[in-house]
Order: sequence, then structure tokens, then C-alpha cells
Amino acid sequence: MIAALTEGISRRAALLLVALLAALILAPLFAGDYLLTVLILILYFAYIGQAWNIMMGFAGQLSLGHALYVGLGAYTAASLYVHFGIGPWLGLLVAVPVAALAGAFIGFLAFRFRVAGVYFAILTIAVAEFARVGFDHLSWTSGSSGLFLPVKQYAHNDLWLLRGHPAMFYYILLAATVLAVVFCRALLKSRVGYFWLAIREDEEAARSAGIDVFRYKMIAVVISAAMTSFAGVIYAFYYNNLFPEQVFHISRSIEIILGPIVGGIGTLFGPILGAALLTGLAETLTAALAALGIDLPGAKQVFYGICLLLVITTLPDGVWPWVAKRIGLGSRSK
Amino acid sequence: MKRKSHSKTARVSRRTFTAGLGATGFLAGTAPFNIVRAQGAALKVGMLLPRSGFEAGIGQDCQRGVDITAGVLKELGLPPLQIINADTESSVDTARARAEKLISEGAQLLVGAFDSGQSTAIAQVAEQNGIPFVINIAAAPPITEQGYKFVFRNFPTAGMILRDAFIDQKEVFAAVGAAPKTAVFMHVNDTFGTAMKGGIGAVMPKFDMPYKIVETIAYDPAARDLSVEISKAKATGADALLCVSRLNDAILLTREMVKQRWTPMAIMSMGPGWYEDQYLKTLNKLSDGPLSFAPWYDPNKKLSKQLEAALAKAHPGVNMNVNHVYTFEALLIASDAYKRAGSGDPKALADAIRKTDIKDNVSIGPGIQFDAKGQNDKIKGGGIQNRGGKLVTVAPKEAANGNAEWPLKPYDKRA
Amino acid sequence: MSADVYLNVAVGGILTGLVYGLMALGLSVIFGVVRVVNFAHGEMMTIAMYIAVTLFTAFHLDPLIMLVPIAAVMFAFGYVLQKRLINPFITRPEYSQFLLLVAVAIIVVNLLLIAFGPDAQNVQTSYGYDSFQIGPLIVDATKLYAGVAAIVVAAALFGFFQYTRPGTAIRACADNYTGALVVGLDVKHLYALTFGLGAACVGAAGCMLLLIFDVTPAVGPAYTLLAFVIVITGGLGSMPGALIGGVLIGLTEAMAGLLFSPSAKSMFAFGILVLVLLFRPQGIMGKRTAS
Repeated sequence: MIAALTEGISRRAALLLVALLAALILAPLFAGDYLLTVLILILYFAYIGQAWNIMMGFAGQLSLGHALYVGLGAYTAASLYVHFGIGPWLGLLVAVPVAALAGAFIGFLAFRFRVAGVYFAILTIAVAEFARVGFDHLSWTSGSSGLFLPVKQYAHNDLWLLRGHPAMFYYILLAATVLAVVFCRALLKSRVGYFWLAIREDEEAARSAGIDVFRYKMIAVVISAAMTSFAGVIYAFYYNNLFPEQVFHISRSIEIILGPIVGGIGTLFGPILGAALLTGLAETLTAALAALGIDLPGAKQVFYGICLLLVITTLPDGVWPWVAKRIGLGSRSK
Repeated sequence: MKRKSHSKTARVSRRTFTAGLGATGFLAGTAPFNIVRAQGAALKVGMLLPRSGFEAGIGQDCQRGVDITAGVLKELGLPPLQIINADTESSVDTARARAEKLISEGAQLLVGAFDSGQSTAIAQVAEQNGIPFVINIAAAPPITEQGYKFVFRNFPTAGMILRDAFIDQKEVFAAVGAAPKTAVFMHVNDTFGTAMKGGIGAVMPKFDMPYKIVETIAYDPAARDLSVEISKAKATGADALLCVSRLNDAILLTREMVKQRWTPMAIMSMGPGWYEDQYLKTLNKLSDGPLSFAPWYDPNKKLSKQLEAALAKAHPGVNMNVNHVYTFEALLIASDAYKRAGSGDPKALADAIRKTDIKDNVSIGPGIQFDAKGQNDKIKGGGIQNRGGKLVTVAPKEAANGNAEWPLKPYDKRA
Repeated sequence: MSADVYLNVAVGGILTGLVYGLMALGLSVIFGVVRVVNFAHGEMMTIAMYIAVTLFTAFHLDPLIMLVPIAAVMFAFGYVLQKRLINPFITRPEYSQFLLLVAVAIIVVNLLLIAFGPDAQNVQTSYGYDSFQIGPLIVDATKLYAGVAAIVVAAALFGFFQYTRPGTAIRACADNYTGALVVGLDVKHLYALTFGLGAACVGAAGCMLLLIFDVTPAVGPAYTLLAFVIVITGGLGSMPGALIGGVLIGLTEAMAGLLFSPSAKSMFAFGILVLVLLFRPQGIMGKRTAS
């Protein structure tokens, strides 16, 4: 298994990978709290981007409603904690199946009725919006007045209940992202991965080649939804408050997918690079405008939008394939 | 980045130390800003407001309160503040990152952030770094129920707003010698609206109100059209319209009442929207009449007049409102505490804020004090009425500068 | 509740639906022909609304009269946008188009925020509060005008596609892209023309909607989503479909608001969309095309 995973990684790539990982592990020792917060945001979006990429990048199914799975994961674990005192790791055992079921529901309906492309994307938005309005009215989760997690025990690092210093969340997200990359690589190297790519390239051809298209698309949705819900659990315990308007909102879904598209759809490092670039860009722009003494709300977002435009028009396949080629890792950009 | 030099030791000891009590104090001790600054240097205040994104309107209105603060503080002889503005972009993620950044840039105190979700995110950062955080506006009760040591709120909770709304309504009914027998309750289904709706069931029975609520209608905060809602409300035949709104929906509701030719005996709002400048400007004559029972300022207080004058100078034509008042008061609290603490040390500041006792303030009530939870439980709401594009305070008596007009003048009889 | 209430709500819902339909018409044209996912549709409408507000505040020009010149301006905007920016993307995957237009949307929203500030703006026409009373029925005048205008614009557009040369050429492009290339049609120009038409349409809708709703820089995304729901419900590329889809969604939301909680009414619109996608994916008026 391990041999299969490391196969095809050049010496140079392996060295770079180890160096990057070492830097990330050591980062909290040197980074201030602000930088740590930014790194947490990057890892959070890198992890979800990775999960989303399974559906879009591998199996070719465009989901614009991934906030649904984040929200379901967050609300399930948070409710169990608030109402029954059940910790997040046990809550995960419920949250993941709930999100996976939601994914399976969408997938089942869509793929059975051959809803594809933009139609599928709109369907995913519709279900997420449906959930948003639904949760606004669900009194068990305090509806739109928001679900607050008690933070009394905050001062002490409790890994079991996920109460503590941001550094703890950083390492959890770092571990999750690394595992997600390894897992995705394993998936790509497996039969499932090859079938996904075949479906992505040409669904009809894949079907006539005897691939059970419905089944493999379902697998992609369910895995992606399940992985995403974990990020939701972390989100709930990191911010300690949940509002349907914030969590399920379509703008959250959009944020999730910007990273992987900018980084490079279907690549393993695209979502990570994309998240780092976009979060870094946003912070840099804020700092730059402040340094120039420009206090104009909206100006940052205008520049942000222009940067997105530049990337998508000059590097339509994303930044990672371009970078990979430059640093001599062209062979393993996938 | 300033952290870098000592972060290693701080972090190691943090892990070992934070397991127990007294951790917050310890963290404050390790914070890099406990350098005792010479009195006279301005206190660095990080101001967090949603100035872009979907809450941009309110965030930028609060910013007006920030703009006029420096001058008023100077008039009061209070120490100046060096305000660093930060935009939360109406997002929880950004609010948290901005709070961390402000602290890394040397902010000794944080103020913000209008929204309950963003304020909660900032509160955690403040608590962790041992930096005091004064909330200007956010009504969700749980924020001050978390046992925070560095978080203070000079704004009423939903329960307090309701309590005062009922008291002031009864005062108005007694003054005009009339009262509705029935009311239809319409509320926006967002954080504030739901908190208010939840409170009504618990609070209203205690006040023996003359009216009963015949129907409750919740509507979408993003509603583009409220014709159905008004049709439904009109069909109940209720005497009065009781509501919790925002700005945009207050305008939409009024327009629909005009178009559907329905004028209730009274419109009694318990929150923002109906008294805001945009409401008055957009609806002109049609804006007259609604009563708002909300956190408000006492127009008879000296400081209110000073603040009004400053606002009139900086932003002519803008009526002073809750956003300006509570944003200013949050900064007033900061400056007052800085003066008494005699240093910018965050822990000393927090202790000073806890002992705040400002008698000469702007909002209605005896002044600014905080209870053990960091909540100003002395704030009182007021009743105000829109009259000819201006706002008249009609309740409570000690803050009133006019009497209520009753009943609401029919919309079709306004030339 | 008496029957009057139902009647009033139903009529109001249908009229609002027609206005929604007009807005969706622009998207239907773009989406149906150029096959580009215009995620900046609501933002294009916001631009038109701000032009109308500015003209009204500065020169007191009525948005219903300014509808034609504003639609013309929006046509030019759409034409240039398609030709200069979007055209290379028509053969690229949807997520690529999506990112492009989301970027456009971010820029537009925030430029409007900088230029006009965050407060809601509107126009005060003399007939803004008029309503007609016919027995127990009270009809909102602005909604009625907007509803009628929506039908007129839709009919004009229908006529253009049915009876003019460029119109039929555009339809040929939509039906058979390669075929159109083979017979030597200037597809790039026709696509830009279509995008311009879609933009003009949503611009006109913006002028009418301004009579009913206030504009803020951030209203765009909600309308984009609504337009997609309507277009897919009504049937892609079908002019009557967009209007019928609009009416269906408008009526559903109104009735759901009356019978259940108004705050949950958009759930019903999304519910209808899901049902349509599953049982009639080509939409109510759409043709089943092999994809």
C-alpha cells in the first residue's frame, strides 16, 4: 500500500514535500497568533477544497452547495454537544453519516434522473438553500437566533472536547489535510480513481465501457460529503457559534470552491495552493491598503476580484500545474 | 510578528499553565503590550465594524459614531484614542482574523462589531489574548453568559429591550388615554428577530398588557416583497401592528400598507428600521407616526446635545441614532477606563472597565456600569416617534421631549 | 380568512412573478444560446438599477421611460463583456466560467459599494403608491405596469428571434453550434449580440423592479439565484417558459406565505425547482434535447 502510494514520487518532490511538512509542523512555534489564525483559515479551506475536488476534480460533478455538508456536520456535532454533552469526536460518528446521507440523497436523485452539468450545480445550491431556510426554522438548533457553544472551559487545552488554544485546531486541521491528500492519492491510484477520471472525461464512453457510472458517481458524492462534514465539526468548535445565514449561505459554498479552481482542478496540491494563495491574497491586500492609508470599504474586494480574473484568464487550468512545471515536478502534477 | 521574540517560552508555559485557573491573568501577563505607556500617549483601540458585505449599511453608519468621537472626548477632557479601523466584511472568519491582526499591531482594546456572530468570534480572540473587548451593538444574550473576563457589553439584551418596550408602551397608552385591544406581531426571522420573538412569550405575561397578540407572522430577512405578509396581517383585523424589523423590510411593510390601504391604530416597533434616516427620507410624509421602542438616547442629557452637535457638524442632515450613540459610548468607556487605569496595560484596563461608573452618558438610564458578567444592566430603552422627518422621544418620562400622537394618521389622508 | 385575501394574494403573486420572469428572461437567453453560466446576472441588473436611480435623482427621469436607453447601455455592456472577456470561456468547463463571472460579480458589487455607498436607494415616482380597487381586489399599480411591460418585452424578444435575420441566426447557433460555423455565421458576433440582448433584458427588468424594490450594492446574488430557479423551472431557452416559470414561482411563494410561515416561503420555490429537475429536467416549456 505504502509502496503504491509513494510510487512515482521523484526524489526532488519527496524532499520538497518533507520540507513543506516540516515547515508547517514547526510554524506555530514561530508564528504569532495572527499568522496562526491565517494559517488555520488556509488549512480549513485547503481541507474542504480537497474534499470538494473529489467530486469536481476527480468525478467531474460540479457542486455549488458544499456549505450544506459543512453546515450539517457543524450543526449535528454542536447540537449533540449543547443538548447532551456529547463531545465532538463522538459527535463526528453521527455528523459524518448525516452529511453522507444528504450527499447520497442529492446524488441518488440527480444521477438517477440524469441531472448533470449546470443543472446538477443548481440542484446542489437549491438543496443547500433549502437547508438554510429550514435550519432558520428549526427550534432544536435555536433557528436563526444562533446556536452558541459554551466556552467556559476555554482556557484549557482539551483535545477530547476540542476546547483550547488555536494551535490545537491548527494541528488537527494540518493532520486532516495531510490525511486528505494521502487518501486522495490513494483514491486516484485505485480502480475507483481510474473510473472517476473516465467518467469525468466522457461519461457516455465510460458507460459503454461497462463502468457503473451511477455507482461511482455516488461514491464520489458520499466520500466528498463525509469528508466535508468533518471540517464543519471543527468549524463549530473553533468559532463556538453557528448561524444558518452564515454557515449554509451560498457565499460560503463559493468560498469553498474558489481555492481548488484557482489552484488547479483535479490536482492534489491545487486545493492547498489555491487556499494559501487566496487567503494570503486577501490578507496581503488588507495590509497593503492599510499601509497606503486607504480606508475604503470594498476596495480590497475589487482588487481581489481583479486578481481572480487575471488568474482564470491567464491560467485557466489553475496555478499548481504551472508552478509544478516551473519547479520541475511536472510529472506528478496529477 | 511582535510575538516572535518570546513566543517559544510563552507557548511552552502556556501549555503547562493554562490547564488551571488564573490562565487568563497569566496570558495577559505574557501579552507583549503590558509595557506601561506614559500617560498622555493615545490608547490604541482596534475598531471592528462590518463596513462591506451585507451589513455594510449599518457598519458604515456606526463608523459615523467613530468619526465624531475624538472631538467629543477632547471636549470632555478625556484622554485621546488612536483608533485603528478594521472591516469585518460581514464575515465571522474575517472578523476573527482582523481581531488577531489588530492585536498583533498593538491594539490595547477592541471595540465592535454590531453583529452577534462576529462579536462572539472577536470575544474569543480578546479573551485568549487578555485584551478587553467592548461590544457596541449585539443583542444575542449568550455573549455575556460565557463567563468571559475581558468582554463587556454596553447594549441591552433582547430581554431587556422587550421589558422596556412594554413599560414604555404602557406609559404611552396612559398618556394618550387609548390602547389597542389586539395586535398582530410581525418579525424578521433573523438573529435579533427570533431572540425577540422568543422573549415575548416569556416577558409579556408579566406586564399585563392591554392587548393580546392574535397572530405572529415571521418573514425572511432577505424578503424582496412583503405584500403577502401585509395581506395576512390586514386580514387578522388587529388594532395595532407590533413588529421587529430591519430597515429594508420596514420600508417594504409601510409601502404595502399604503398600497393595500390598511392603517392600523398604531405601529409599535421594538427594534431598528422604523426610526432610521433612510426610512424617513425614503417615505417622507408616509414615514410619520410609527412608534419605536428601542435602545435610545436621552435627548435631555448634556452629552447627548454635545454628540448631536458633533454629528450635525460632521454629517449634516443625519439624525442621531442607536448606531452612533452606542458606538460612541463604547469608545467613551475605553477612554474613561484608560484615564482611571493610568496605563494601557490590558489587564489594568479590563479592571478599570469593570469598575466603570459613568453618570454623564448619552443613552437613557442612570449611566454606564457593568455587572459581574460584563453586561451593562442599567440601560433603559426609550419610546420614540417619527414626526416630520425628525424623531421625538415620548417615553420614558424622564427622557421625553414630546407627547405621542395617537392614533396613526391614515395613509390615504396624507397629502 | 375570507376568499378576498386569497384572491388578492394570488393576483399579487402572479404580477410579482411576471416581473421575476422578465428578469429571468435575460438569463434564459444567455444561458440558452451562449451556454454560459452567467453568475453575474443579478449584478448586471444592479448596475441598471443604479443608472436608473442616478438619472432619477439628477434629472428626475422616470425609470419606465428611461427603460429603453438603459437597456441600450446594458446591451453595449453585455456585448463588450462577451466579446472581450467571456468569449474564450464558452468552450471551457462550467467551473471556469463560474469563477470568471463570480470575479466579475465581486468587482461590480464592490465598485457599486464604493461609488454609491451601502444604503438602499430608490426612486419616488408620482404613482409609486397607487393601487386600483376592483371590488374586493386591490391591485398594486407599479406591479401591474411592470407585469404588462414584462409581457411586452418578452413578446418583442420573441418576435426578434422568430422573424428577424439575426434572431434566426442566433437560434441556429443555439441549436447547432458546429452547423452554424459550417454555414459561415459569425458566431462570435452573434454570441456577443445574444449576451447584449440578455443584458438589455435584465437592464429593462431592473428599471421596472426599481419601482417595487430598493437597490443596494449587495442585492445581486439573491436575484441571480432566483433567475436560475425560474429559468430551469420554466425551461431553458423558452421565452414563454421564463415568464411561466416566474409566475409559478411568484404564485407559489405568495400562496406558501399565506398558508404557512412567510419566512419559509423560499423553501417552496426551491422545492419546486427540485421537483422540476427530477421529473421534467427540460423545464415546463422546454424541449427535450439530447445532451
